[in-house]
Amino acid sequence: MAIGASSPGKAVARCGRLLAIPVFVAALGACATAPPYDYTAFKQNRPVSMLVLPPLNETPEVIATYGVLSQVTLPLAEAGYYVVPVSLMDETFRQNGLNNPAEIHDVSAQKLREIFGADAAVYIKVTQYGTSYAIVASDTRVTVQARIVDLRTGQLLWRGSATASSSESRSSSQGGLAELLVRAIVAQIIETASDASFNYAGIASQRLLLPRTNGVLHGPRSPNYQKD
Amino acid sequence: MAATISTRLVGPIAAIAMGSVVAGCAQAPKQLYYWQGFQAQLYEYFKADSSSPEQQLPILHAQAQKAQASGAVLPPGFRAHLAMIYLRLGRDGEAKQELEAEKANFPESAQYMDFLLKRMTVPKS
Repeated sequence: MAIGASSPGKAVARCGRLLAIPVFVAALGACATAPPYDYTAFKQNRPVSMLVLPPLNETPEVIATYGVLSQVTLPLAEAGYYVVPVSLMDETFRQNGLNNPAEIHDVSAQKLREIFGADAAVYIKVTQYGTSYAIVASDTRVTVQARIVDLRTGQLLWRGSATASSSESRSSSQGGLAELLVRAIVAQIIETASDASFNYAGIASQRLLLPRTNGVLHGPRSPNYQKD
Repeated sequence: MAATISTRLVGPIAAIAMGSVVAGCAQAPKQLYYWQGFQAQLYEYFKADSSSPEQQLPILHAQAQKAQASGAVLPPGFRAHLAMIYLRLGRDGEAKQELEAEKANFPESAQYMDFLLKRMTVPKS
């Protein structure tokens, strides 16, 4: 109501202030006072093990699901969680007639817990995957979104998204730990340039799921457990 | 003692220097597990067209040996993935051993490993 009544001049001033905040945050990098994530549910449930389901693929690249699935164990295990073995998990679904991620994402929490014994499930969606070629410069880009849901209580513990792209400048910093690991991966990319998208899937997965500001909390196998 | 003092002195300086490089809140990452090439092997397995389980098995064994030699810990799912490869090769006995090893190293996996082990003992009709 008050907003509707305010003068155009005041509205412009307010817009200016709103715009200034994101710029400020970007300049400070990962530790800036971004609005804090609400970890109430995460801390109440404190999962020990995670089940990463085959990611939904919204891209034309058929391999996107498995490019990402092959990469997501690392960040969650390094965060301190047990991660259900992805190849056996995929095979278990196949043996039960479930071959596509959409069907698998519909399986009840109760059933998932019964078979895999995991405390939480990670539902991932791949929205960008692959190389787009342009006259001036080509760009390899992977974008992923994730939801972590507790299989015991059904509560949403965390959600987030991340992107990795070949057109990023090296000097940009997206967040401490992830950024350092990214550098190691960039070295790998130079060594194995055969499948650039797979490597960017690795970077995007680490940005998405390694503990960071507003990211996934450390799990019980990490020395930082319950310190964040 | 000497180490503690020097850490105390160097700590803040290092923190400031690192902060300017990585934007503030990172510590040098010390990984919990030995990953070298594991994700790439999972990817090879899923692609299923560039290499066979016969080719993947010795690569995984070499990775496990390197981890052992460097005193590093194999990640969750590594032994279970070895089991998957053995199953593909019809080597059920070795697959069982790896499933048991996954369970021994990661008790969190017990329920799923038992689920798989129980199914393996069901006689094929």
